[in-house]
Amino acid sequence: MMIDLTTAWALLLAFAVFVYVVLDGFDLGLGILYPFFPEKRDRDLMMNTVAPVWDGNETWLVLGGGGLFAAFPLAYAVILPATYPLIIAMLLGLIFRGVAFEFRWKARRPITRWIWDAAFIGGSTVAAMAQGMTLGALLQGIEVEGRAYAGGWWDWLTPFTLLCGAAVVAGYALLGACWLNIKVEGKIQERARNMARIAGVLTVIGIVAVSAATPFLETAYFERWLSWPGILEVAIVPVLVGALTLWLAWALTHARGPDWLPMMIALALFALCFVGLGLSMWPWVIPPTITLQDAAAPESSQMFMFVGAVVLVPIILAYTAYAYWVFRGKLDPDEGYH
Amino acid sequence: MDSFLGLDALMLARIQFGFTVSFHFIFPSISIGLASYLAVLNAMWLWTKDETYLNVFNYWLKIFAISFAMGVVSGIVMSYQFGTNWSGFSDKAGPVVGPLMAYEVLTAFFLEAGFLGIMLFGRRKVGPGLHMFATAMVAVGTAISATWILSVNSWMQTPQGFGVNEVGQFIPEDWWAIVFTPSFPYRLAHTLTAAYLTTAFIVGGVGAWHLLKGRSHNPGVVRMFSMAMWMIAVTAPLQVMLGHEHGLNTLEYQPAKISAMEGHFESHEDGAPLILFGLPDQEAGEVRYALEIPHLSSVIFGKGWNGALAGLDVVPDELEPPVAVVFWSFRVMVGLGMLMVLAGLWGLWARWRGNLGATPMLWRLMVAMGPSGLVAVIAGWITTEVGRQPYVVYGELLTADAVSPLGAGAVGWSLVAFIVIYFAVFGAGVVYILRHMLTPPTPKERGPNAEPGPTRSAGITPQQQMSNRDPKATEITTDATGGTRA
Repeated sequence: MMIDLTTAWALLLAFAVFVYVVLDGFDLGLGILYPFFPEKRDRDLMMNTVAPVWDGNETWLVLGGGGLFAAFPLAYAVILPATYPLIIAMLLGLIFRGVAFEFRWKARRPITRWIWDAAFIGGSTVAAMAQGMTLGALLQGIEVEGRAYAGGWWDWLTPFTLLCGAAVVAGYALLGACWLNIKVEGKIQERARNMARIAGVLTVIGIVAVSAATPFLETAYFERWLSWPGILEVAIVPVLVGALTLWLAWALTHARGPDWLPMMIALALFALCFVGLGLSMWPWVIPPTITLQDAAAPESSQMFMFVGAVVLVPIILAYTAYAYWVFRGKLDPDEGYH
Repeated sequence: MDSFLGLDALMLARIQFGFTVSFHFIFPSISIGLASYLAVLNAMWLWTKDETYLNVFNYWLKIFAISFAMGVVSGIVMSYQFGTNWSGFSDKAGPVVGPLMAYEVLTAFFLEAGFLGIMLFGRRKVGPGLHMFATAMVAVGTAISATWILSVNSWMQTPQGFGVNEVGQFIPEDWWAIVFTPSFPYRLAHTLTAAYLTTAFIVGGVGAWHLLKGRSHNPGVVRMFSMAMWMIAVTAPLQVMLGHEHGLNTLEYQPAKISAMEGHFESHEDGAPLILFGLPDQEAGEVRYALEIPHLSSVIFGKGWNGALAGLDVVPDELEPPVAVVFWSFRVMVGLGMLMVLAGLWGLWARWRGNLGATPMLWRLMVAMGPSGLVAVIAGWITTEVGRQPYVVYGELLTADAVSPLGAGAVGWSLVAFIVIYFAVFGAGVVYILRHMLTPPTPKERGPNAEPGPTRSAGITPQQQMSNRDPKATEITTDATGGTRA
């Protein structure tokens, strides 16, 4: 099958968003988990596991937003006003979270450190919640008239969007805990594994609940997921989710397998959710009115960027991987604190 | 009509953009200059093995880290604000400016972010060569970033290379023409030089502060002050020349902006005067209490003593930019620019006399002018952005047609949130930066606080262990790793 340029861009953006979710997911997850690690020493260590890489991780969000602006400007121009309060909340959350990385170390008094800890926790949680709710608001459909958003100002706030937000918070917490399992050792690692179990259960509940609700949002979703004989093809997604859930449970409870195993399984779960999401929404970018083709920028725009992206994305992945390689391995809680 | 505190959604969205972008641009203009300065310091350290360079590097690296983080988080706001508040612009201009911004992300943001961690924390882990490379990549990344975003801005000022499709979108036809619009080279040179000059005044101001505090025996203090004065002596006059060239270019492509900057409501057939000061009254169409030098404006713009210069009378009233704002912000920028040239000349004079380290009057001027670059940069951007009004894409798309279909309440409340949070958060950041600036660099200045590292042998290669055996290298790597949280 020949993939046209617009489809290629949709896949590329999906890839960027997925990389963002993977990388910043565990950064934000650490913030979400902060309340459960009250000791300064543990918190210092947690923050240091991502200090050299968080900025690069967040850049994938800029690529996702910038790429949407460039490749599907109509979608960008409709989705952002439609989810206005969520986007603003996410941006403000990311501000608090981002500056906490620097400011936390500058605090001299316990009260100021408490403030930046709270900024890290609150910022991470709000950003994660807002991202999940934005996804939910998109999935449940956006009212469009002409080329602009035509819905109300509270359309984004429904039980479904709240459910999506909570599921993403749980999912990021799971990624954060799995990341800690890789990067630290001793008691804090044990606690991270405990947190991973709890977050894992909540994540799977979230996945099941969102998946169960989705087919009833749009008839097209219902037909894609629950009509015969298509169900035989798409059923592989929930079946795989079930299998991965069992494997994750096993990896977190029993085995002394490699420390990176729970992370890999969690990432596979996220990837499956992404595939499921793609299956629901295709060929729309804004259900149920605007398709990817409707929103696509002209070919000259997409081609100009595509040439660069094909060359640059592999290079970016290479030096990003190098940065992770430089800072690989378990962290020593006593290094760099004096 | 829907309003919030008496302002409509369009005005609120404009205030929000102006507020967030002004706040944001403070940080990149520091980061761009500081990244290059750090690369130079590190290279000098590696080349000369003079530890003073390393100490000054580590000193400014900590300020860079804070400033960079604030630039990143305030920058993400900008990249989403086009969609949240300016969906009309996003839909119509997205096909042209979107790809340029995507290239900024791909070629600059990732480069900066990818190598920042190594620059801040990785000297010991990767060795001096790769650390230098990472530092250089961060500096290059900041310049590439400025290049793309100024290309976007320049296209909005002097658009070309596009067509318009049936739904009113700008469609790219010639990418070369879009990237290299007529105002782009001037804007790029003027803005990058502004960033270097801004940084030079900050560095020089900090050095001067410590000199005034009697720390002229601290080699780091003397080094940073001397380097800053050299930089100012070279770039301040250069910046005036570049600004002049930029002005000539603007006269050719955006004459109404020049009329507003000059306060020329009337056209002048035989030599336009240079209005030094006055009170522009746009409704009356005159500058009251004008203090002017006859013919000088025509001369500056190369039209000759009696050259004709058009005024705002050739522009329909509804297409005039707000004159007073542009008139004043331009004078703030130019006035500071002149002071900067003066400071540069004074520095050269003092150096020639051999008493750069004994001129308290110059030091006081430099402390007072520490933030002058930031003020000039913001004033310059206000001049060029407000001077483009009422268009967002000059001559093609009105700002009023670019705004999102949002209620005034939504924009108003988010504006309040931005103002409160920006002042609280970035105010704290500025306090942390100033607190650091008030302490002098030490002979054993350490790098940024947290150096995360593996307990196991993973990160240590035999080569590094070799270099660690060199006593001097050991001493230095210790410097570069420890924390400030002693």
